[in-house]
Amino acid sequence: MQLRVRALETILTEKGYVDPAALDVWVETYEQKVGPRNGAHVVAKAWSDPDYRKWLFEDATAAVESLGYGGSKGTNLVALENTPTVHNMVVCTLCSCYPWSVLGLPPVWYKSAPYRSRAVADPRGVLRDFGIELPKDTEIRVWDSTSEVRYLVVPVRPTGTEGWSEDRLADLVTRDSMIGTGLATQPEQAGK
Amino acid sequence: MNGAADMGGMHGFGAVEPEPNEPAFHADWEKRIFALNNAAGMSDIWNLDTFRATRESIPPPEYLALSYYGLWVASLERLMVEFGVATAAEIAAGRSLQSTQPIGHKASAAETANFIVNGAPYDRPAKSPARFKVGDKVRARNIHPRTHTRLPRYVRGHVGVVVRLHGCHVFPDSHALGVGEDPQWLYAVRFDGSDLWGTDGDPTSKVSVDAFEPYLEPA
Repeated sequence: MQLRVRALETILTEKGYVDPAALDVWVETYEQKVGPRNGAHVVAKAWSDPDYRKWLFEDATAAVESLGYGGSKGTNLVALENTPTVHNMVVCTLCSCYPWSVLGLPPVWYKSAPYRSRAVADPRGVLRDFGIELPKDTEIRVWDSTSEVRYLVVPVRPTGTEGWSEDRLADLVTRDSMIGTGLATQPEQAGK
Repeated sequence: MNGAADMGGMHGFGAVEPEPNEPAFHADWEKRIFALNNAAGMSDIWNLDTFRATRESIPPPEYLALSYYGLWVASLERLMVEFGVATAAEIAAGRSLQSTQPIGHKASAAETANFIVNGAPYDRPAKSPARFKVGDKVRARNIHPRTHTRLPRYVRGHVGVVVRLHGCHVFPDSHALGVGEDPQWLYAVRFDGSDLWGTDGDPTSKVSVDAFEPYLEPA
């Protein structure tokens, strides 16, 4: 693959289709700058600020942009509310659609056949692969990302976090909890 | 098209294997192909839907044998030849063999940074009212186009409920063919797990897809 990719890069650069400096911007941005800390900030704010929470569920694109996280693969964003009785989970069965602006690039498992094939047919089995067992009567809503709309799950705020600052809450918000394949970290597990 | 990419509901791929502390990229070539595809995607020679259509038209045995970024490599090679950016001989040689005038736009670093911040929205002004509203029962059409579509096989023929209007969006089925954006109303349509998968499904599960209006009919 290394050689095949070098061939494409050489040709596209020689022929003047791509600017090497622009390639560096793509890599640096998604390797170093944009990642699930963005989404964790959004969720922690929604947990602590009822007005923001309301706005996030009404117009996630605007609410997220207000924190400075807009743009590529997040321009039509929808936030999904997890509750004690409803659990949302996001997949892209056809490819790899994922809210880059708030979560960064998707992990390998998200883009791989086991997750893409099973999430829609056996969501509880998939959750068990992540060590999650939900109550039998919890409704599981799987969202197959088949358009340019992007979905962000807002996990349930753990109990015992009353009065916590947004920064401290953000540390409980895992990437997987915002995809719906995980839950927020419980306060007694934080820092472990 | 009914290709290998449309894998919702397939069996036999095994367990999901999360990787603790996963890095953004696992090899240098992954970084390069990620950047190359995104940069080339800004050239206006092909679009995101052409890219997806090319990727899913890779024959199933090859598609399933490639890693995710491996698919990106195979797709970019095909797109470059198909759109006249390079010849198969040049790709095999790994260098430019003939000088040609670039046919697209070369995005600068500044344009790229701006694009990443501002994105490229796919919603468009509506030209006509939406046919369906939240709460309507709709059937996903039983269609099997040989060209690009975003209607997964596992919902075709099934009845669901509109749970959300997303507005009017670029229609991938048309856009991938290079015949324009052809914006269409886009809905989130929710199906019962038991309807989709029968007694093998999970009765507590609901599955929604984002479905464009031409995919749907009243039920």
